[in-house]
Amino acid sequence: MTPTSLNHGASAARPPAAGTFRFAAHTARIPALAGVGFKHTHLDAILADPDPVGFVEVHAENYMGDGGFPHRALERVRQDFPLSLHGVCMSIGGPQPLSEDHLARFKALVDRYEPALVSEHLAWSTHDEVFMNDLLPLPYTEETLNHVCSHIDRMQDVIGRQMLLENPSTYVVFENSTLNETDFIREIVRRTGCGLLLDVNNVFVSATNHGFSPMSYLMDYPMEHVGEIHLAGHAVQEDDEGEPLLIDSHDAPVADSVWDLYSIVIRQSGPIPTLVEWDSDLPDWPILRAEAAAADRILDEAAHSFLMGKSHAVGA
Amino acid sequence: MQSAPEKSDLNAAGFRAAILDPVREKPATVEGPRGKQAVKRFNVYRNNVTVSLINALADIFPAVMRITGETLFRDMAREFVRAHPPVSPLLFLYGHDFPAFIEHFEHARRMPYLADVARVERAWLTAYHAADLEPLDPQALAKIAPEDLEGAMFKPHPATGLIRSPYAAFDIFDANRNRETIGRIDVTRPQDVLVTRPGMDVTVTGLPQGHGAFFASLIAGDCLGDAAEAGARASSAFDINEAIGGMFATGAFLSVTTEQT
Ligand SMILES: [Fe+2]
Repeated sequence: MTPTSLNHGASAARPPAAGTFRFAAHTARIPALAGVGFKHTHLDAILADPDPVGFVEVHAENYMGDGGFPHRALERVRQDFPLSLHGVCMSIGGPQPLSEDHLARFKALVDRYEPALVSEHLAWSTHDEVFMNDLLPLPYTEETLNHVCSHIDRMQDVIGRQMLLENPSTYVVFENSTLNETDFIREIVRRTGCGLLLDVNNVFVSATNHGFSPMSYLMDYPMEHVGEIHLAGHAVQEDDEGEPLLIDSHDAPVADSVWDLYSIVIRQSGPIPTLVEWDSDLPDWPILRAEAAAADRILDEAAHSFLMGKSHAVGA
Repeated sequence: MQSAPEKSDLNAAGFRAAILDPVREKPATVEGPRGKQAVKRFNVYRNNVTVSLINALADIFPAVMRITGETLFRDMAREFVRAHPPVSPLLFLYGHDFPAFIEHFEHARRMPYLADVARVERAWLTAYHAADLEPLDPQALAKIAPEDLEGAMFKPHPATGLIRSPYAAFDIFDANRNRETIGRIDVTRPQDVLVTRPGMDVTVTGLPQGHGAFFASLIAGDCLGDAAEAGARASSAFDINEAIGGMFATGAFLSVTTEQT
């Protein structure tokens, strides 16, 4: 049950404690490489891979227990990799104040694991005390903008650092929305000083579902504030009219059309740390590793042409 | 906990009610783009919520699901999820009231042992996430004066859970969690089950006769002398030295105090 790497050698030889991390402080910038979502079944393979991924990302809530194997595993990967701490349940998009208990738990993780990146979603999941375990949508209005901004202010106050906000994938729209998503997000950045996590699959999913062009969304998106990119697989269903409705399922390889969009983004903006998310129907490690390698090739290419572009600019 | 504002552009209360009740219509403000319908679209959220919570229960209670079969389990879990949605975003805390729900679930009545197997599985997950604390060292007893031993009281380790069942809860749990094929089990044999985590791995122990009463008494805060009496009352085969050995072998306790201190 326990992966072998925890039973001998590694953790005994290098006790997990602050100061032993290879990438100690979040102030050291995370490299613009590809990372993967960390799953316990991949622990041994990640550590043993001769070609290590650039970073790992975890869902914060999975590490909010008091102790046991999850913390042991995270301490172990954290010794070797920069970490991105990705919150899923803060419910930033809802009208009610954030849970102070949940904020305190989140801050404890930030303090303990010193992640290079911290992110949360433009979505909600809790009403009163009931938690619905999904990233639910919200209308984009002056009122919801005020709620979201005050929640982000609160979260950044508590954790004492900037967070990245992730754009959602959605299946419905609201008749009472008065702002479009990119304007809404741009205004959040302006008011709160948060950064952005651009999920390219989410853009593609929402664009397909709502019949807009993903390229025009991206052209309208404040790219200069993006600190991380997400890539993930989606599933295809049908909407009420029998047209394709894409589901943000995280259970498959990244779709070709999403790779194409991603290439365009990276060519335009230069290399950005990029995470491949795969959360259910988990593949064997080599398959997930290959997805990250594919992202790395696009990042590499961009790094070269980006540098060349800069040297040309300097030379001119 | 502050309540959400009653009126807001996101009608969160209405949204939540519609998510958890499949008969209710979608919230009025929710629609498809450019005049499209949003019945199937809203159902994506309904489905995400319900299915992800059913899956969470399936992850917590795999032995229960193996016993009932997937269809009955998911029916039972769906009803539970809608009646008792989580009240914390930490899903590893979910399902503490699932065993009691199983007890009253009509289609599970012919499996009266099922709820206790669920209690063992729920205790397993609590132990898995419990704080990393060293269990009480056996040497601690040697430091207590012999005349004080009877009055010694023990604080349970945070991972410790005890399930006292009129059915063979340990055998059924063990067979369905850990064995490829399941032999004959006499389900009517009463068993007490102790769940502990002395290191990183959760340990589930089927207790000898009388030990369930002994551990229950200690966990309730009784002194060692009273717990020994409870054990002896429960079984003529109860042996106090064996029981004390079990306290340390399982790592069920964290610390000891005597009445004097
Ligand atoms: Fe994402």
